[in-house]
Amino acid sequence: MITIAGAGLAGLACAHELLARGLPVTVYDRAEEIGAASASRYAGGMLAPWCERESAEEEVITLGCRALDWWARITPVHRRGTLVVAPRRDRAELRRFARRTRGFRDLDAAEITDLEPELAGRFDAGLFFDREAHLDPRRALRDLARAVAARGGEIRLGTAAPAGVDLDCTGISAPLTDLRAVRGEMAVLRSAEIRITRTLRLLHPRTPIYLVPRGEGIYMLGATMVESDHDGPPTLRALMELLGAAFALAPGFAEAEVIETGAGLRPAFPDNLPRLDWRDGTLFLNGLYRHGFLLAPAMAEAAADKIMEMRHGNPREFRTA
Amino acid sequence: MILYDTELPSRLFLGTAQYPSPAILQEAIRASGCAVATVSLRRENANGSGAGFRDLLQETGVRILPNTAGCHSVREAVTTAHMAREVFGTRWIKLEVIGHADTLQPDVFGLVEAARILSADGFQVFPYTTEDLVVGEHLLAAGCEVLMPWGAPIGSGRGVVNPEGLRAMRAHFPGVPLVVDAGIGRPSDAAVAMELGMDAVLVNTAVARAGAPVAMARAMAQAVEAGRLGHHADPMDRRDMAVPSTPVPGLAELI
Repeated sequence: MITIAGAGLAGLACAHELLARGLPVTVYDRAEEIGAASASRYAGGMLAPWCERESAEEEVITLGCRALDWWARITPVHRRGTLVVAPRRDRAELRRFARRTRGFRDLDAAEITDLEPELAGRFDAGLFFDREAHLDPRRALRDLARAVAARGGEIRLGTAAPAGVDLDCTGISAPLTDLRAVRGEMAVLRSAEIRITRTLRLLHPRTPIYLVPRGEGIYMLGATMVESDHDGPPTLRALMELLGAAFALAPGFAEAEVIETGAGLRPAFPDNLPRLDWRDGTLFLNGLYRHGFLLAPAMAEAAADKIMEMRHGNPREFRTA
Repeated sequence: MILYDTELPSRLFLGTAQYPSPAILQEAIRASGCAVATVSLRRENANGSGAGFRDLLQETGVRILPNTAGCHSVREAVTTAHMAREVFGTRWIKLEVIGHADTLQPDVFGLVEAARILSADGFQVFPYTTEDLVVGEHLLAAGCEVLMPWGAPIGSGRGVVNPEGLRAMRAHFPGVPLVVDAGIGRPSDAAVAMELGMDAVLVNTAVARAGAPVAMARAMAQAVEAGRLGHHADPMDRRDMAVPSTPVPGLAELI
């Protein structure tokens, strides 16, 4: 039996991978409900390795590009691509983004309108990353928990993990000295008028934002990046910037309802990349930062392989490829 | 260079926002050998401790200059300065009182007032100001011993847009340390500022958002050094006519 602390994204993904390798698991989480205390609750749910490369290391692509197929076996994945635009006066931001990334094609105003008619006449140029996708984070976490349970994994909610678990996936609560919190603030909008079908990124030198459709007129708007471990509600400044940017993207959002606002803490290591750490008999998977859904599958596979290796001596025989 | 009785080993200051990761920021600080790193308290640590980021910064051994970035009023700036003194344990404060949300131009009236309040309270104030000489005089009268004129609007990367203004400032305040804050986009901009006789240069966006931040940090350090040396080497005057660099007398008359 492998014991796991934390039934968030990392813990459940590891449970899934361990079960796939034939190891029984028990996952503990203090929260009463799946995802209630998880940072991924506030995530965008973008599977966007090529866009993320703009500010992240190459690993987001090498580790992240498998995430789409992994998640598609568990939860609906919307392969609609990512559309990146910038206001006319911030065209330099678009050029910079293009220089830092790959896997896109350039769009003119007419092509932007073809993809997303809601943006007609608003942007002269854009970048389209057609291989990217998005999912609904809260649904994905519930579906992942269901998949774990269906394979015989046990998830004990409302229960603190016993001391000395095999695998610690407790995010920012983990006792790792070089882990820090990067606060993210977000809002959820509902609009009966706006029709946007894919992830949009609006570049801006001060407040770049993204908008991810959740279906049925619901849109997730994110997210700030603040070096802080404060987990209180979003500040007025953050919401002003996010909501102002949504309005710049499509003025029709002026009439949208703000149905939720929230803030979460992304756990991050100094290089902003996730890492496996072996300490005192416990394997720690942490530091998923802003790439939880993107990098959790690859990191969970690595964690499961590591545990197989520790248990059986020869990891190769147990790999599920 | 001595600022407020503190001797600094380098004339490059780095801002710490917008880096791809704290690891790259640490590397940039080390590679550039910068003496001072500015940190925004309000923007980076809103209500929380921000201790993780701060610890990573302090690991480098760089001297920290907290700032009041994002403050739009005297009261906000003064409150932020007090929080910064508490958090960072330093009397240094880079004072920003923003007057215009779009250009981030300093509100020089609020700046002078906040500088007076903070200086009286024992702070050592580094005011982010324009190249205006009268404002500079008021800031000195308010207790500042350093001035930080802009090169261009924050984050614009336009370089030194008014070299005459900085030249006049140098001439007007011969003994006052002048640190160009904001607008530096390329190493050549930093060199221009130093050639004008500025004492130091503060750079953030140009390094943090470069494709290779660590290399750019090093380039900025070299440009600052080159500009400084050039300034002290008594550069030649510009002229319209060509002057052959090989002396004419003594050349063989071949025809």
